[in-house]
Parts: sequence; structure tokens; C-alpha cells
Amino acid sequence: MAKIHFVDHKGETRTVEIENGATVMEAAIRNSIPGIEAECGGACACATCHVYVDEAWREKVGSPTPMEEDMLDFGFDVRPNSRLSCQIKVSDELDGLVVSTPERQA
Amino acid sequence: MSDVIKTDVLIIGAGPCGLFAAFELGLLDMKAHFVDILDKVGGQCAELYPEKPIYDIPGIPHVSGQGLTDALMEQIKPFHPTFHLGEMIETVEKIGDPAFRCTTDAGKVFECKVLVIAAGGGSFQPKRPPVPGIEAYEGTSVHYAVRKMETFRDKNVLIVGGGDSALDWTLNLHPLAKRITLLHRRDDFRAAPHSVERMRALVADGKMDLRIGQVTALSGADGQLTGATVKGNDNNVSEIACDTMLPFFGLTMKLGPVANWGIALENNLVPVETSAFETNVPGIFAIGDINTYPGKIKLILCGFHEGALMSQKAHRYVYPDKRLVFQYTTSSSSLQKKLGVN
Repeated sequence: MAKIHFVDHKGETRTVEIENGATVMEAAIRNSIPGIEAECGGACACATCHVYVDEAWREKVGSPTPMEEDMLDFGFDVRPNSRLSCQIKVSDELDGLVVSTPERQA
Repeated sequence: MSDVIKTDVLIIGAGPCGLFAAFELGLLDMKAHFVDILDKVGGQCAELYPEKPIYDIPGIPHVSGQGLTDALMEQIKPFHPTFHLGEMIETVEKIGDPAFRCTTDAGKVFECKVLVIAAGGGSFQPKRPPVPGIEAYEGTSVHYAVRKMETFRDKNVLIVGGGDSALDWTLNLHPLAKRITLLHRRDDFRAAPHSVERMRALVADGKMDLRIGQVTALSGADGQLTGATVKGNDNNVSEIACDTMLPFFGLTMKLGPVANWGIALENNLVPVETSAFETNVPGIFAIGDINTYPGKIKLILCGFHEGALMSQKAHRYVYPDKRLVFQYTTSSSSLQKKLGVN
């Protein structure tokens, strides 16, 4: 299990727990976290689960694969710490991860 | 009013579940017409992941989204379904018990006994960049598709994106437009390599501009755009003068007009019972990703099953006086005759 903190665009934090092996997107969808749509259901095909990884966690989370980088082209206000949350797999290492969600996905 | 198209079944959405439903309906002698907002069949499979592999279609170890679409089109060919692409059903009116009159946004009118909503995540619509005030320019200065190239003659066009749409229109509009600026968030393009090469050659010859960055604001008045504020990857902010903008950020899915047809909805999904996947309105069914019921999972294979059960019930509405005898395609000569294999 890992705790994931989602910070919305207004600065409000919601903390959820998720089992290892699930994705950060699933943690958001199962807990109705606002700001994550995940239209394609996790196929890395839509860029509506875009999040910003907290600077302190960027190294542990890693960078996007070329396929994810391509999909990020469909996102808005993409920054160096942008990731698609369906491509971040939860593990003990990511317990306490902080990500923020954009105001709108699309 | 245009001529009314009469059909046994009208299927909204030509994705994999809708397409296979035409097969199951066809075996039971029901004729289907399709309406889909996309300009091609295949739904998400063709639009979102034509080249991505799918590994969970029973009996097919792996197939691409486009491959599955092509195979389904081949499979339903004997039943000659009719496709009305690039249109969206806007209104549904009950005219019988059951019978429905459905009208598209292009004014086409259908009368059907059974309506099948196989609309997946809803209708695909272009993604609108969340730039403040962009709505004020839509339709006048901001366009999400090129309908007529002439619209762009002698314009200062800002094209945003890095895929095939962005690159194709950069190259096609370049001879017509006064000046083209292509803006993308990184100096890497998903578009076909030869298009990227041609674009880079035009830039090298000084015939167009390539900028790296993202739009943060628009300026102009009364729907007429005069420029875009762009933040570069170095966080430097600059202005690009333009009177027309074409953003290409792919498509998003919106439930759309389904919400206005008097069908019960639950979290933007259509609740159905699980013996025939019928909605709360008799004669209107919902199959595939758009429906919900206890235990629902959004898999193509589940949508196939839903289409088969739906067809059994639809038969009762289309042929109220005929008794349906269940038959297998492996052994029934009458089914094989319909399939054109016997």
C-alpha cells in the first residue's frame, strides 16, 4: 500500500491509499479525485490523466517513455514535471508521492 | 425535410461493439444503419489507437485497433449495413411502440423500430486548449478543423501541435496563407518523418516559422484574433502575430445529446438491465463502453456479448409475430446462406 497526495489547482490536498502495482490514475479514479478524467481507461491513448509530479519526487518517479511523451503533446500547460498518471505504477518507493492536477484536462 | 430513411435498427456509434451488433442483428434478419460523428468506422480503435495492439479479443492473440476494425467490416459485409459518417444523432422522438424518429445534426431523418446506443465514451470532439477567452474566437479566428482551404488564403495562420494534422495542414496551407507559424511544445514531432522533413526545409528557406512553446493567452477583439502569447520552454514569454489559429490537440469524448433523449443516466453512463441491455425506454438499448450495470467492465469482448443478447430482444420488437429459433452458424444452413458461405 502507498499513500498518494493529490493537490488540486486550488491547492487543496486529498490523500488516498492504493495497493502496489496499481497506477496513480487508478488511485485517482477510484477515489473520484477531481481533475483526472482518464477517458481511455489507462491505455496511454488520451492524455486526460495529466499530472505534475512534485519536484521532490521527480527522480523517484522517473521520466516518460517516448510513447508517453508523444501523448503529452495532447495535454495542456505541459511542464518538465508533467506525467500521465496512468503510466506511474505505485510501489513502496512511491509511498507519500505528491502530484498536482491541472484545472482542466480538456 | 429530406426523405426519411426507414430501418429496423439504428446503431449510434460504429465502434467495434456497434459493428459486431450488426452481425448478430443480420443473422436474425434485421437491417442496420449506423451514424457516427467520426469520418471513419472503428470508433476509439480507429481514432485513438489504430496501431496499438489489442491482446484480449477471444481467439485472436493480437490485433491492432485498425486491424480489428477491418476484420469486423469484413465479417458484417454479408448484411450490407449502411454508414452515415461525420454526423451525430441530435434528437430522438418516440413515434410508436416501440418506434423512434431520429434526426442528425445534418438534418438526416431516420425511422427505426429499435435504437442501439453504442456510442462508447460519447461523441468525439476536438480538444479545446484551456486558454482563457478562446471561446470568443471560435468559428471566426480559431478553427479546430479545415473545412475549406480558401478560408485561410492570405491569413497569418498559427498552427499548434506536432502530429499529422498539424504538419499536414502546415504543408497544405503554406502555399495559400500569407504566413504560417507552426508552434509545438517540443522540437520532436509525432507526424510522419517526410512531413517533418518538408516542414523543416520550408523553415530553412525562410518560408515559414517554427516556434517551440505553448500558448498561454490570446489577444484580439470582437472575435478577431491579433496575436498569441507564447511561453517557451525556457519560460521566456513572447508574442506571435496571427489572425487565425488552428489548434490540433486530438479529440476528447463528450456524452453529447444522449443526455436529452429521456433515457435514465448515471454518471454519464446509460444504466441497462443485463438480459438484453435495454435502457429504461423499451426499444432503446445501450451496449459497449457507454452502458453500466453491476459488474460492468469496459472490454470489447463484453460489448460483443451485449450485442448478441440485445439482438434477441430486438427481434421481438422488429418481428413481433415471428418466433425466434436459436441456431448456430456452424450447423444452420439458413444462417450460412445469409452469410453467403453456403
